Amino acid sequence: MIKLEKVTKKYGKETALEDVDFSFLPGKIYGLVGANGSGKSTTLKLIAGLVQPSSGTVTVNGKQVNRKIAADVSYLTELDMFYDGFTVADMISFSASQFQDLNLETATELLHFMELDKAKKIKELSKGNRGRLKLVLSLSRQVPVLLLDEPFSGLDPMVRDSIVKGLLHYIDFEKQTVIIATHEIAEIEPILDDVVVINKGHLAAHFHVDQLKEEQGLSIVEWMKNNIKHS
Amino acid sequence: MADDYKQSRPIYMQIVDRIMRQIARQELKVGQKLPSVREMAIDSGVNPNTIQRTYSELERMNIVETRRGQGTFITEKKEVLEEVKKKLQLELVGRFVESMKELGISEEEMIAELKAAFKQGEEAEKID
Repeated sequence: MIKLEKVTKKYGKETALEDVDFSFLPGKIYGLVGANGSGKSTTLKLIAGLVQPSSGTVTVNGKQVNRKIAADVSYLTELDMFYDGFTVADMISFSASQFQDLNLETATELLHFMELDKAKKIKELSKGNRGRLKLVLSLSRQVPVLLLDEPFSGLDPMVRDSIVKGLLHYIDFEKQTVIIATHEIAEIEPILDDVVVINKGHLAAHFHVDQLKEEQGLSIVEWMKNNIKHS
Repeated sequence: MADDYKQSRPIYMQIVDRIMRQIARQELKVGQKLPSVREMAIDSGVNPNTIQRTYSELERMNIVETRRGQGTFITEKKEVLEEVKKKLQLELVGRFVESMKELGISEEEMIAELKAAFKQGEEAEKID
């Protein structure tokens, strides 16, 4: 379980998150949604131990989060983080050298599934294939927590589809907690259990996706249009 | 995505509807085994917990049975499957009548329109 307790994060005078209390449970896929600058990435970085809260605590399975939490948390950044000169295979072995839980068999399977050529240099990959490679690296790890920051941004529908299928194939639904921060909410709604809406550094809402439809007949996008005002 | 889902209806119910239609068309047969939850999730592009809910709902409706360690099967009871077909028919007809009423069309006109539509269909087949 991931627990945020009274978490506030400030960058200088800017407040990115304010007094957030929330628990993410294992065996669920969460969508984390909100406008740009609402605090989505900050939330993921706090769980990944990449930034520290200004006040409050973040724990993953009872452990207070610090940089060492990387052993329990796989974090896919929205940025590209590759060495251009590396081949796809180099990148996999580099990741394996950094993370003991990286399963090379799964990585090979995933490369095949995503139709990626091991011998190709990363700088020769299309944007879509770099997006796929990032997911291969994240999903190959056997970790309790998987964080994906904008895994679909700028990718065409074919790539999105293969990423969604890859997630369904390789997520361990018994144990893993998956949090996906995204703007492309309509597209991944079918694979989500819950949605957490962040607005201006506050937790604005938390839904069970099907419950929202049963009780209010609304999709997440519709709910957001009705309830979140743009400033 | 493998399937497109309507925004306003819970996805697990949309998959229940789809399975019921497949039963009515006999694409799914008496006693047939359904794919595992994970397989069905991947095929449908949805969360496995959603499929779990679909299967539970179908079980509650007595349309499927889960046998421990073996999987989920369409019921052997033919009368249940007949009911499924009947229910879908009633729903469709109900919706048709409702929409036609909204257009202010009388019962006689509806029946006449239906007959005409069938006749047109038959003639189109002859030409083919």
